[in-house]
Amino acid sequence: MKTYLPPQFLVERDVEKCIKCKVCANQCSFDSHYYDADDDEMKNRSENCVGCHRCVTFCPTGALMVRRNPLEYRENYNWRPEFIEDIIKQAESGGILLTGMGNDKGQRIYWDHLVLNASQVTNPSIDPLREPMELTTYLGRKPDRITLDSDLNLETELAPQVRLEVPIMFSAISYGAVSLNVHESLARAATEVGTMWNTGEGGLHTKLYKYGKNTIAQVASGRFGVHPEYLDTARIVEIKIGQGAKPGIGGHLPGVKVSAEVSATRMIPQGTDALSPAPQHDIYSIEDLAQLIYALKEATHYVKPISVKIAAVHNSAAIASGMVRAGADIIVLDGLRGATGATPKIIRDNVGIPIEMALASVDSRLRQEGIRNRASIVISGGIRNSGDVAKAIALGADAVNIGTAALIALGCRLCQQCHTGKCAWGICTSDLFLTKRVNPDIGSRRLANLLHSWSLELKDMLGGMGINALESLRGNRLHLRGVGLTDTELDILGVRMVGS
Amino acid sequence: MKELNRIQNPYHDDKVIDACSIFGAMDTTGKRFSGQGVIRAIANMHDRGNGLGGGFAIYGLYPEYTDLYAFHIMYLSQKGKQDVEAFLRGNFHLIQAEEVPNRLAPAMVNPPLVWRYFLEIGQRNPEGQAEDDYVVGRVMEINTRFTDAFVFSSGKDMAVFKGVGYPEEIAEYFCLEQYEGYLWTAHGRFPTNTPGWWGGAHPFCILDWTVVHNGEISSYGINRRYLEQFGYHCTMQTDTEVVAYAIDLLMRKHGLPIEIVARVLAPPLWRDIEQRPLGEQKLLRTLRQVYSSLLLNGPFTVIIAHHGEMIGLTDRIRLRPLTVGTKDNLLYLSSEESAIRLICPDLNEAWNPIGGEPVIGRLGTPLQPSPMAVTKRVPVLLRESKKYPIGKRTVTPK
Repeated sequence: MKTYLPPQFLVERDVEKCIKCKVCANQCSFDSHYYDADDDEMKNRSENCVGCHRCVTFCPTGALMVRRNPLEYRENYNWRPEFIEDIIKQAESGGILLTGMGNDKGQRIYWDHLVLNASQVTNPSIDPLREPMELTTYLGRKPDRITLDSDLNLETELAPQVRLEVPIMFSAISYGAVSLNVHESLARAATEVGTMWNTGEGGLHTKLYKYGKNTIAQVASGRFGVHPEYLDTARIVEIKIGQGAKPGIGGHLPGVKVSAEVSATRMIPQGTDALSPAPQHDIYSIEDLAQLIYALKEATHYVKPISVKIAAVHNSAAIASGMVRAGADIIVLDGLRGATGATPKIIRDNVGIPIEMALASVDSRLRQEGIRNRASIVISGGIRNSGDVAKAIALGADAVNIGTAALIALGCRLCQQCHTGKCAWGICTSDLFLTKRVNPDIGSRRLANLLHSWSLELKDMLGGMGINALESLRGNRLHLRGVGLTDTELDILGVRMVGS
Repeated sequence: MKELNRIQNPYHDDKVIDACSIFGAMDTTGKRFSGQGVIRAIANMHDRGNGLGGGFAIYGLYPEYTDLYAFHIMYLSQKGKQDVEAFLRGNFHLIQAEEVPNRLAPAMVNPPLVWRYFLEIGQRNPEGQAEDDYVVGRVMEINTRFTDAFVFSSGKDMAVFKGVGYPEEIAEYFCLEQYEGYLWTAHGRFPTNTPGWWGGAHPFCILDWTVVHNGEISSYGINRRYLEQFGYHCTMQTDTEVVAYAIDLLMRKHGLPIEIVARVLAPPLWRDIEQRPLGEQKLLRTLRQVYSSLLLNGPFTVIIAHHGEMIGLTDRIRLRPLTVGTKDNLLYLSSEESAIRLICPDLNEAWNPIGGEPVIGRLGTPLQPSPMAVTKRVPVLLRESKKYPIGKRTVTPK
């Protein structure tokens, strides 16, 4: 069937600069570039270009430029090009449209409508270049109070706590969705910086067991790669109920990405689709969640916090309250912007709520119920910079997860082709020709650098607010003000309008 | 229902910002002394206030009524007085009622009527409730229910005197030179936003606990939200209120001694905690993990007092001043050393305590010498560690 789909991008080549070295053709995994021997010329098929910039970045002479296809449709506010083209694709495929990464639509991004405070006159700002500035965070359940015996010895024994040197962890990204090199980069960076990375739902390659102290092991509905040694190796075990990119459905790993190594780690046959069931089939209600939480606590001898991750949805506050009461030591909320390696586009773009609102309402609800101390709150889904991190902490998060930002540090350009398995940057693929493009030595350096930069920036912002320990910003919404928000939005965020 | 917040904080700011002078004096043998010295000392720090608030707390004040709750109440109208007195009669045995003696002072503008009542609970207390809790409940009731009345002192054998004016003017107005006590604290206030309201001056008092405070706590937002979980409602929106409730929660309800409470309000740095002996390390770490939302961040100095104890504490990097002076059995705490020297020139010792280290005066306990004098201890902030070598990531001496 001839496709009616117009090219998304145009690849322009400056023939004056091109030296026909074929780097572009070798780098492009979407067959957009090729060498025409007859004409002795590099040529391209623009219709294949996904806009990932791999060729532009690696062209040694700077001969390449990728532009949006300027092809104009007649203006129509309702029938925007994206909707027209989605229909064309479905008319030609008859299937669900899959995509990768997170929601790219225009729903309000509340981070952009929140601003932070700084000290002036009445109290001093603190200079992080000259004064200690503490970002250390402990995740895990805390009791209401401590008790001492008559000699002032501690009687209270805390539930397991996990120390983070920076309040930023790496989101769950499964092996299979991304390559082993990416997993190794994440694990090594987390270990170096003193934070956690997350296996996602595809198990943990034995090569990475040595990073167990900084590893969160996920248990999802497909139970891929879950066995006693896996649980024992990790520092935290996380039950994945849902994720922001596809609330209500399970993880999808196309069979084409299930290589020999992935197959061994996931404990499934090579080349089979790894489709996680939509629900966890042993959790049809909150009391079932409590059973799984305690089953995992029993299996790990109560030495590891158990985390529960959900997608942020309408009733998150009530659900989170139930999760805490069911015994979760950490709750993870993944918002509307949370990304993925493969998701139905219609779900990614239309299901779930912005993480800022979910976080604010969950933190407030747990405080109203007097149980906020019983679980740490971790959020993810669209954290773009340390400003977003600071705002999330001020709204009430104990820590944040970054997924997309971490992948961007490794080269990702958000071309949203993760589900094809052809990632030209070698990130979201199991094709061995491509995966070697991520060198774990360099990848872990880039990731550690990113976390280091953000922690320096966090310290600067904290000092400006006259705070020298992160815990004094946590849930401290007086350090936030809203710009351009309605009264209802401000009310849910628990934040006042700028100028008030 | 009276909105205290509207009176205290008419512009609806996040919190009331103020800075101040503070002073405390205690005779640890319990010998009572006149307030003349304390009044001179706080007056010596006149320029640290702006005349919008001054006050004193005196312990060992009413030896003839040691077992009775002494309520000091300010009234804005006769009606308020009648209503509250009827309420008091309904809820307590009213043993004695009198106007707090005062003298005409030119600086006093429109002072409220101030009366004191000596009360016994007797049979009025419903079963099972501790007397202190009963009293706290009734104080909160008066302060929120009656529009023209405010209870600003409610302990036994102690009282607070406070109002709008410089502290020396308040002392003159209430004739404080005529009183004696074994423990005095005093405060001169520099609020940046409130018009004068007599109830807004320091010390803040509930039962026999008082707090005078100099600072602006940057962690106020989370401190308040944390305390709300335990049923404390910050109606006045001052940092001082947060300090008072935090102390009440930790000391009275959770039963922690002040040495431990100081580690909650002004904890050591994580990297300092890691260097302590194992047992202490675990205690300090647990305290910080459990009570992280009660860390008071940003600049503050407080003098907390209750019967038998006076405590001085600064934030952990000492962004507001505190000087300690000792002379035999006398302990002085002050924003400025000059104020202490003015009334006691021949001190045994004077020092600035390390940030976050409490200075404690206890009845019947001899005063401890300055920790610096004993161990020549290097402040933790100056200690070099491998992870943060001085030079690369420098820390400055205070």
